[in-house]
Parts: sequence; structure tokens; C-alpha cells
Amino acid sequence: MTTPGPPAAGTTLVELRDVGKSYGNIIALRGVSTSVRAAEVTCVLGDNGAGKSTFIKIIAGAHEHTDGTMLVDGAQRRFSSPRDALDAGIATVYQDLAVVALMPIWRNFFLGSELRRGPLLDVRRMRAVTRDALARMGIDLRDTDQPVGTLSGGERQCVAIARAVHFGARVLILDEPTAALGVTQSGVVLRYIAAARQRGLGVVFITHNPHHAWLVGDRFVVLRRGVALCDKGKAELTLDELIGLMSGGAELAELRSGAWEMVSQHQSPLTTCPQAGDGSDGNVASAPDAEPGPRAEHRGIG
Amino acid sequence: MATTTPPAPVDERLAATGVLRRAMARPELGAAAAAAAILLFFLVMAPSFRTAAGIANVLDASSLLGIMAIAVALLMIGGEFDLSAGVQTASAALLATVVSYQLTLNVWAGVAISLAVTVAIGLLNGLLLARTGLPSFIVTLGTFFVLQGLNLAVTKQVTGSVLATGVATLDGWDSARAVFAGELPFFGSRLKISVVWWLALALFGSVLLTRTRAGNWIFAAGGEQNAARQVGVPVTRVKSGLFVGVSLCGWLVGMITMARSGSVQANLGIGLEFEYIIAAVIGGCLMTGGFGSVIGAALGALIFGMTKQGIPAAQWDNDWYKLFLGVMLLAATVLNTVVRRRATGAAR
Repeated sequence: MTTPGPPAAGTTLVELRDVGKSYGNIIALRGVSTSVRAAEVTCVLGDNGAGKSTFIKIIAGAHEHTDGTMLVDGAQRRFSSPRDALDAGIATVYQDLAVVALMPIWRNFFLGSELRRGPLLDVRRMRAVTRDALARMGIDLRDTDQPVGTLSGGERQCVAIARAVHFGARVLILDEPTAALGVTQSGVVLRYIAAARQRGLGVVFITHNPHHAWLVGDRFVVLRRGVALCDKGKAELTLDELIGLMSGGAELAELRSGAWEMVSQHQSPLTTCPQAGDGSDGNVASAPDAEPGPRAEHRGIG
Repeated sequence: MATTTPPAPVDERLAATGVLRRAMARPELGAAAAAAAILLFFLVMAPSFRTAAGIANVLDASSLLGIMAIAVALLMIGGEFDLSAGVQTASAALLATVVSYQLTLNVWAGVAISLAVTVAIGLLNGLLLARTGLPSFIVTLGTFFVLQGLNLAVTKQVTGSVLATGVATLDGWDSARAVFAGELPFFGSRLKISVVWWLALALFGSVLLTRTRAGNWIFAAGGEQNAARQVGVPVTRVKSGLFVGVSLCGWLVGMITMARSGSVQANLGIGLEFEYIIAAVIGGCLMTGGFGSVIGAALGALIFGMTKQGIPAAQWDNDWYKLFLGVMLLAATVLNTVVRRRATGAAR
């Protein structure tokens, strides 16, 4: 309820210039530049160990960057705690969500920021606000009294997202929200990412799935071994290029020509990636867990 | 399906939830059903159950256990155990008795000193837990032995026996007795005032748990403490507070014990910590934390009281009591697991 009016779409909320982070003599991130704008989704892609976590931790305030500059609302900032980031309107929804499975949805929603009337909880208002906030994100729940544990993985993500939005986040960092989800559930989450964007938030969407990124992204940062391979708007890129960057084009080509044949009968998801974007559905179904197919979500989002 | 539906005042799907299903998800349901069944059973089997004196006896037998079960249930919902809860009642009673008698103080001075020390014990438990990061099971097992040793050794050293006594001759005894061990008229019989303490604490604890911010934090600290920390819940403070709550209730039970007879056995309370935990579990508390009910724990204590009084009243051998306890505990644990599965969606 304290949400200030959203900034105009396209306003730069967070900007990184040559940001780097080293832990002792280990360089985790080097020379990364990008921006997060209001009503846009900035996707950060990369394989495990590419520097995605370091990247989020800098914006989320969990770690301070050691090189370069970070601008928040045009002013140079350096966060020393997640609280700093939160106060600047930057909220993070981590993979291991901050929800308590055994507690009702409304209790989870207001956990740590409970509404009170005198010394007692204002239960009625919290229930109503929760239902309202979730409805505005397009989540229609029949009962805010049910434990969060009864929700599906996707719905839980959405409760966490709706909570961040409700408590005044202008920048939302989502750490691999679709990683542990099946095809349908991923679609649900992607839809809420789109909903958050529509409400004027700047979203940082961390993922290793280029298909998911392409569906909702406006700007793409691909990280590999701590370095940004690209920082481009959607117009400057195609999905195939993104997949190529993501999977490390040269290395993949090497795999294809040589050792790859030995394992090709296993129908690795890597081989299905490049085809998935061009309209053939067949390959996607064979590896539903590793690479959720983009088809279903296309309809969900559109 | 993707469209935002305006929040209707009454959702038509709510009916599908069903009253029964809703009740099934309540932690105290099992305890309430069991209490009703046991009450009915002994009403039929034991004639003395049907008198006001019989009911007053049952309530009295439930009250001391009930006071502790409330605090222990809150602590368990907060995700921790306190094995020192039983001996803390003895420590509190011994301290008040020994200090006021040896120094010839007003009884209330001993009561106050005892209060300060028990609160310190609770804080110590909380602090040890926070600093060491060890399971509370181990930490409080340590305090259990320390206190047990102190209770016996110090009492023997100071009084020369394992019985601390003599408070009944001191100033303030009458008022202390009225507060902690008074009696009220009860349908032609007498009701011990500890029953009032028990019921008042059950009400207070229940409101605290379900209707205050602290209660929300207790659920969260026990349910998923990392998630709770992420949204700013002071988990360590919540848990320390719960340990202090157990100590405060231990102090109250200690004072009641002292005021009833004017003397305290140094080995009082040993083994009772498990009865508190069992009462809480029968009342729907999960061993793993994050779920449970204060009313349920009070009902769990009532089940204890009814059985304790009912078995001799029905003229059975008292040995059946232990068997009954075991069966109740197992049944409650199984039921709790089912309820929990339903609540966390693990069955999906």
C-alpha cells in the first residue's frame, strides 16, 4: 500500500558500469555493464559458475562489488547489506524462496511486516490485502488460509513475487525462478514476470534457459566465466544467437563434430535447443525436464 | 484463465473446501476428539468422575502439567525442545524455599529472587543455543544435568537433607499461599487456584500464538528459520523468548508446588519434561516445529489428568497408565504426520 507511483517506462533504475568482483585472488566477475529499466526485463543468462550469483548478489546487496560503478536512480551506490538494497526498492526472490510451507498464505505474505491493530494482528485486513495483491498479479486463490505448502512450485514463486511488489519493490531480482519447475509451472511464473513488467517494475531475470528468457526478456546479458559475452536489446539479437552464446557456440561445434556422436542416441537437450525456436515441437517433448519447451508458454504469455 | 478476476466477496469455490476438511487441518482436532472420548469413557466407567469433587481433582491433576505444556508447546512450535523444563520447576521451588528460609526473608523476596534466576536460566538456554548452533536437545540436556546436580548438591549442602522446608513460618507465607495454592468454591467442592492459572495461560498463549506478531514469528522460526531470517524475523530473539517463557512457567509451577506443602523435594520434576512434550504432541505440535496449538497442548494435559485420575477411579491397576501414555503418543504422532502432509502438500 506504500508503493510509490511507478517511474515512467524505460527510466533507468539500475546501471552497472564495468562492474567486477574478486574474492581474494579469484575473479568471479569482470567488466560487466548493463542496465535495468522500468517496465523492462533484463535477463541474465549463463551456465553454472558463469557468475550469475555474483551478479545478483552485487545488486541485491549481499556482496559489495570490488571494481566499476553501480548507479541506482542515477546516483552512485554501494550496498553493504540486503537491507540497503531493499531500502532502495530492490527486492530479491531467491530460488529457495522465503516462504514457510506450513504457514497460511496471508501469514507468509506479511511475515516480518505484519499489520496490527493495537497489539493484535489485523487478520481480516491482511487476508483481504493478500487476496487483492495476488489478484492484481493475476493469481486467483480461493483461500488465503491454506498453507503455502499446498501451492504448486510456480504459485509459491508468484506469492513471493507478489509480496516483493506489494512491499514497494521497483526492481525485482528473480534468481532462477523456473529452474526447479516443470513446463506448465514455468509458464505460470513467466506470466507473472510479464505481469510485474506491466506494472512498471524493472525485472532482473536470472536463468540458464534461453527460451524462457526470450519469451519475457527485453535486454539480455550472457555471462560466461565471469565475463559478459553480450549485453543487447531484443532487437539486436535473435533467439538462435542467444542460444549459441549461451551454450558456448565454439565448444558446442567441437562437441558436435567429435565426441558427440558417441552419446547422440541419448537425445541430449543440447541438440534440441537450436531447433526448438524454429517451430518444430517434436524434439522438445523428448526432454521435458531438462529443457522445458517454449511452445506452451508462448500461448500462456501471448 | 490468465485474466485477472476481480476479487469477489464470496468465492464460489470456497464451498468445496468443506467444513470437515478445514477441521482436519486444525492441529488440536485430534486432541479434542481424544479428550471427548476419554471423558465419556471414564464418565461411564468411574462413578467418582461424575461428581464436582471428581472433576475438580481431574482439573487439578491437569493444571501443573498443563501450565508447562503450554510453554513447551510454544517452544516446540518455535522449533526447539527444552529437556531442562522439569528440573527447572524444582530449581525455582528450591531456590525460593532455601533462600527465604536460610536468610529469614519474607517469602515474596525468595519468590522474586527465584523469578530472576529462572529467567536467567531461560536466557542461558537461548544464548547457548544461539552461540553453539547445536540442537536444543543436546544443549538443554546439558542444562538438565547441571540443574539436577545443583538441585541435589546445593540442597544437601545447605539444609543437610534432600528436603527444603520451613517457609511456612515466614512472613508473607499466607499471601503467597493464597496466590499460588489458594482454593475457590466449585459447585459445592473446592477447586485449586492452579486451574485458574492454567486456563488463563492457555488463553493468553493461544492469543499470543494466533493473533500477535510474535506468534507469527514463532511459527516462522520453527517452520523455516532461514526464510524467516530473510524477511527480517529476529529468529534468535524469538527462540530465546520462548526459552524464557518455559522458565517462567517452570517458576510458576515451582511456586505452586512450594506453596501447597511448604516443603520441596530436591529430586522434584525429573522425568516430567517428557510428559510436557507428550502433552504438546498429543495437542498437535509437530516434533519438527512450525505447527501446533496452545489449546491443543492444554487439551493434551487434560487427557493426562483424566487418565491419571480415571484409572484408579475405575479401580484398575495404575500400571495401565504408562501403556495408555504410549498408545496416545503413537496415535497422536501418526495423526500429526497425516495433518502435516496435508498441510505441506507432500502427498501431492
